[in-house]
Amino acid sequence: MSRLERTFETLRRRGRHGLVTFTTAGDPDLERSAEILQVLDRAGVDVLEVGVPFSDPLADGPVIQRASERALRAGATLARVLDLVAEVRPDISAGIVLFTYANPVVRMGTTEFVERAAAAGVDGVLALDLPIEEADRFRDATLGAGIDPIFLLSPTTTDARIRRAAELGRGFLYGISRLGVTGARSAIADGAETLVGRIRRATDLPVALGFGISRPEHVAEVGRWADAAVVGSALIDVIARAAPSSVLGDVERYVRWLRGDVDTPEGRAASVGAGEQ
Amino acid sequence: MTAPSFGRRDPDSRGYFGEYGGRFVPETLVAPVEELEEAYREARRDPAFSADLEALLRHYVGRPTPVYEATRLRAALEAGAGSGGVARIFLKREDLAHTGAHKINNALGQALLAVRMGKRRVVAETGAGQHGVATATACALLGLACEVYMGADDMRRQALNVYRMRLLGATVSQVDSGSRTLKDAINEAMRDWVTNVGDTYYLLGSVLGPHPYPLMVREFQSVIGREARTQMGELAGRAPDVVVACVGGGSNALGIFDGFVEDGDVRLVGVEAGGEALVAGRHAARFATGVAGVLQGTRSYLLQDLDGNIEPTHSVSAGLDYAAVGPEHAWLRDLGRAEYASASDEEALGAFRLLARTEGILPALESAHAVSHACRLAPELGSEHIIAVNLSGRGDKDVDAIREREPAEG
Repeated sequence: MSRLERTFETLRRRGRHGLVTFTTAGDPDLERSAEILQVLDRAGVDVLEVGVPFSDPLADGPVIQRASERALRAGATLARVLDLVAEVRPDISAGIVLFTYANPVVRMGTTEFVERAAAAGVDGVLALDLPIEEADRFRDATLGAGIDPIFLLSPTTTDARIRRAAELGRGFLYGISRLGVTGARSAIADGAETLVGRIRRATDLPVALGFGISRPEHVAEVGRWADAAVVGSALIDVIARAAPSSVLGDVERYVRWLRGDVDTPEGRAASVGAGEQ
Repeated sequence: MTAPSFGRRDPDSRGYFGEYGGRFVPETLVAPVEELEEAYREARRDPAFSADLEALLRHYVGRPTPVYEATRLRAALEAGAGSGGVARIFLKREDLAHTGAHKINNALGQALLAVRMGKRRVVAETGAGQHGVATATACALLGLACEVYMGADDMRRQALNVYRMRLLGATVSQVDSGSRTLKDAINEAMRDWVTNVGDTYYLLGSVLGPHPYPLMVREFQSVIGREARTQMGELAGRAPDVVVACVGGGSNALGIFDGFVEDGDVRLVGVEAGGEALVAGRHAARFATGVAGVLQGTRSYLLQDLDGNIEPTHSVSAGLDYAAVGPEHAWLRDLGRAEYASASDEEALGAFRLLARTEGILPALESAHAVSHACRLAPELGSEHIIAVNLSGRGDKDVDAIREREPAEG
């Protein structure tokens, strides 16, 4: 059983919903993004999605685009992101899932990529522009290396494709709650519950739901239907707004606030603005 | 000869030309591109669709565009040539199509398809602005809302076309991300499409992007080659020995190549932007230094760094200033069916001036790359040979940029 499978099984056994975060590796720089991953883990995040910065992130909204640009300027590359994961892995108990566009992996070579990712301790990989029709070789290579291939499902995904993704994927499925690019919103999309319902009818694989989640009430609402909620742009916004000296503290307070651990003025302050972009 | 002819040389069922092409899109776009493919396959089987398109091409665009023999250009080249003489040069005058470039052929075809699909809104990207103008025109004609994304740098370089699009009722949205050129405009148009897939049609302007775009755009442009083949027979009594076209994404080139690709003895030559030098960041000659990879929905040759990030590009012509090339070009090149050369900024500017003074034609700077290469080939081939050049657009849009480069010439 993979680490991601164990994570979600434990959550289900305890009747709890999980929290998944997305941060861009190398934002604001490689060293601090490593520390941020450690802080997120300590704050109780169940799965860490680690974004590989790319020059042309066409599925991302402005917040993650800017994070990607900061990370590239700071020298983050796929190879360095894998080194970063290897460095923090021993200190982190959460699952680690790489989010990447296809081309950096294609350039490194799929075989070399999965070997290095497995050696670094990556648990799962999601390639944003490799839909199931293009992912055969990639999926075989990741499974062969003991890494879970994660597939993305959207409101436009047909039931037949949901079943296909469930057959091909492992660990969990990543549902996106709305059409469009990544970015925080003030409310969860109406179609989100419907999508999770359609996925549930097709498979027992755990479902993490993302896109537009920024507040504890969103996390709790999503937790009523999905196994986990994914927070990305709102967290990246906290990182982008923080002073260098306070970024780790701000991240920790924001995540604890999201989890409902604390309802402190600091938690709310860290989240100001995160709900409305 | 203006009538469309569909269904020849399709890619495989997954949209691959050899190992290039495919459909590398985020999950949300899978269903929309499948819907598009289905709608396109149905439309091209429908004689009424072909008839509507043919009528527009004939009565609105002004097709067929003429083929013209550039005898004074040839005479100017003869001065410096050896005893073998200089090949005859014929120009396929896409610059005389409505809106001033070949882009209108594809824009009208896809806009008709958008109407057929019940879409009310069209988004598009543009580099030089010619595709944006063509799309804005087609949308005005067919009553569709139109939003065109354009890189901030290109908006500055092509200010006249920005104003033309606005006069035609389109919204032009400035793109400030990345390199602020065509590639970034495509990213932004795709972000818009992924957000508004219900009522919005993405009218991609070149033989790029996920399947079925590379096929569809080539088929809408193949009217160029079909006409040129007939016209060359009438004017020269035979097919040309060499067909030359500039290649940004590569739609004008595939359009004219399509008329001759099945004639094994006709050389097909694509001309990329050599820019300032064939050094990273200073050109857009993908076949000179590129490596296969995945960008914006398709697998093809890309200018990229060792980590798989896309490299900045440069060309004096905004329409060739792009890091990837259409997947069918990559396939034709691997097969050895087409060959690819490059012309530098200075060579293109030289060809622009030469054609202006000898023939009274201002070519688009994009097309001037093809003219430049034809001028290089003509003395090599000798007087028994014939070259056909796709003059893909007119150069009025470039006059300001050229004047800025040459303040001394006044």
